[in-house]
Amino acid sequence: MALPSYSTPVQRTYYYAYLFFCSIVFFFLVAPLFAIVPISFSVSPFMVFTDGMLSWPPDPDAWSLRWYQNMIGNCSSEVVSSTVPCSHKWMTGTVNSFFIGLTATFIATTLGTIAALGLSRPHMPYKGLIMAILISPMIVPLIITAAGMFFFYARINLVYTFTGVILAHVALATPFVVITVTATLVGFDMNMVKASQSLGARPVRTFFKVIMPLILPGIISGALFAFITSFDEVVIVMFMASLDQLTIPKQMWAGIRQEISPVILCMATCLVALSIFLLTTVELLRRRAERLRGIKSR
Amino acid sequence: MEVPISTAELLTTDGIPLKQSLKKAERKNKLRAFLLVFPLLLFIIVTFVMPIGDMLLRSVDDAQINTVFPNTFEEYKKWDKEKDELPPEEVYKALFLELAYGDKIQVGRALTRMNYSKSGWKSLIKTTSRAIKKVVRKEEFPDSYKDFLIETNENWANPTFWYAMGQMVNATTPIYYFNAIDMTYDENQNVIRQEENRRVYVQTWLKTLKVSVYVTFFCLVLGFPVAHLLANLPLRYSNLLMIFVLLPFWTSLLVRTTAWIVMLQQQGVINGILVWLGILNDDGRLSMVYNETGTLIAMTQILLPFMILPLYSVMRVIPKSHMRAAQNLGAKPATAFWKVYLPQTIPGMSAGGLLVFVLAIGYFITPELVGGKDGKLIGSWIAYHLKTTLNWGLCAALGAILLGVMLVFYWLYNKIVGIDNIKLG
Repeated sequence: MALPSYSTPVQRTYYYAYLFFCSIVFFFLVAPLFAIVPISFSVSPFMVFTDGMLSWPPDPDAWSLRWYQNMIGNCSSEVVSSTVPCSHKWMTGTVNSFFIGLTATFIATTLGTIAALGLSRPHMPYKGLIMAILISPMIVPLIITAAGMFFFYARINLVYTFTGVILAHVALATPFVVITVTATLVGFDMNMVKASQSLGARPVRTFFKVIMPLILPGIISGALFAFITSFDEVVIVMFMASLDQLTIPKQMWAGIRQEISPVILCMATCLVALSIFLLTTVELLRRRAERLRGIKSR
Repeated sequence: MEVPISTAELLTTDGIPLKQSLKKAERKNKLRAFLLVFPLLLFIIVTFVMPIGDMLLRSVDDAQINTVFPNTFEEYKKWDKEKDELPPEEVYKALFLELAYGDKIQVGRALTRMNYSKSGWKSLIKTTSRAIKKVVRKEEFPDSYKDFLIETNENWANPTFWYAMGQMVNATTPIYYFNAIDMTYDENQNVIRQEENRRVYVQTWLKTLKVSVYVTFFCLVLGFPVAHLLANLPLRYSNLLMIFVLLPFWTSLLVRTTAWIVMLQQQGVINGILVWLGILNDDGRLSMVYNETGTLIAMTQILLPFMILPLYSVMRVIPKSHMRAAQNLGAKPATAFWKVYLPQTIPGMSAGGLLVFVLAIGYFITPELVGGKDGKLIGSWIAYHLKTTLNWGLCAALGAILLGVMLVFYWLYNKIVGIDNIKLG
């Protein structure tokens, strides 16, 4: 939407001011994320840009991978600093995060996809009410969910267990699966199911051979949303997990609270990379789905 | 041309009326659809709805203390406060026996609850328990339990303690809700305001609302032009710029919060740049984090995508010709924008605004980490009572009020936008 050639100088000024304002907002949105990347490669144990990092030509002594080595638990002497502890906690956290995240994603995607199939049927009774209940975990603030779950799971001895954390994360993640898969099913031609069944396929075979290949992009992006929800989740983990269920967010939280160290920024950099990867995947899937359904982008 | 059909006469091949047969098929279809949804529905009800319900019950629940002192409370109810200044002998006796033979851990928990009604209960019961233990060991039970208790501690002759017990004799109590808005009971069980130095919740509620309103406003001011730009650029550019909006959306909340601490702290990036540019001198570094400013800045950036995305989806379908038509008819660009464009974006603004507002009200992580002392919101108090003071009744009551406020706004959201119109990514 370039400016028309007949615009007045005042209009031009407004237009460029508007573009300038927008670029500042874009900067505001992403700059903090990228500001932490160089600091994570610093030698200094403080989370600042040191003079050495800003000097020109670059000073190789100002940069190092020592905090990354610390993060992966490689505690050799050059890595250990008096202010920054070194332990295997980050790696334990990573393993736990992936374990909890992948298990929760699997359960959430299975339950959510089946439910979405039911919800998209024209005969579904009480659709509005059921949808509201299924989506409610996404809507209720996490701190309330955490309090409620802590009280309730304490009664049935599920706090401080992997089972408890995973169940809680499945509950939080299913709304995302339900929403994305239901959205994919909107353009789905139900006649194909009828065709498949009239040719003798049983419902399960119909699902795996006909429905699933077509809605797979929706399922995958739902699963990615579910994974990132569980992977990022810190409030529930804070109350319902003991040290045995230490996850990356829990360790980061503890790190920010107690010893602010550049190791946190190393993990943060890794997480930014992960989110770029997930974002790209979801974007590609969305476009593919739109192409498949014949929805043309403008 | 319409053919008159009398369905009553139509029969299927097996002789059942068509209407009935259709109904049966319909029912079967409904059941099938429901069976698909059922596992998840059951799962969510058990793992999510029941815990929330449990929390709501806990916010009014006072049964625990009733299991510790059942006989005392039973006798207490018979006490005629008009006639006697102090409760009758039976109340003292029941209390004596229940303290002597009650489960120690249960009594300990009850003490915490009793202290919420009036401070002083804890030490009173503790000294009394010690005296009672001695009596029980020697098996020298007193003739008058009333005199014995008053002798051990004169507070047993103080009616205010006995009046305070009146708050606890029922199995449900509204006290936590009163506490959550800085109210309490006085001796005569009238609801009054807390003492001045104990009033913390009302101002936190107000601050939570204030921060949410500010964040919503800032998001609208920052988000509107960006959404407008994205909606009007050719798709290949806007898709590219959209990454700037979606990337923060996909990045871990803790990463974004950490990033803001790095940016805003005294030795941080922004202060560093300002000093380097000579705008600030080295002693005059701004304190922008661990206070309300930090909360506002970080929350605005974190919630901004939730404003931009709904605005964008509304603006994308507003025809560009409307603005041109308005200008053709003689409106100045500003007038055309104000009278023609802006009204059409109201659905987007209300959707984004409500979403941001509702998310901001319940925010916990960011205010807790970057808020310092004065930037903390109500969520921090819920966490504090859940984890530190273990005053779970108050924790549940604060949560229930917050949930109520949220539901009102979601009801509005549903009226205006529709819950099932939520889109992701």
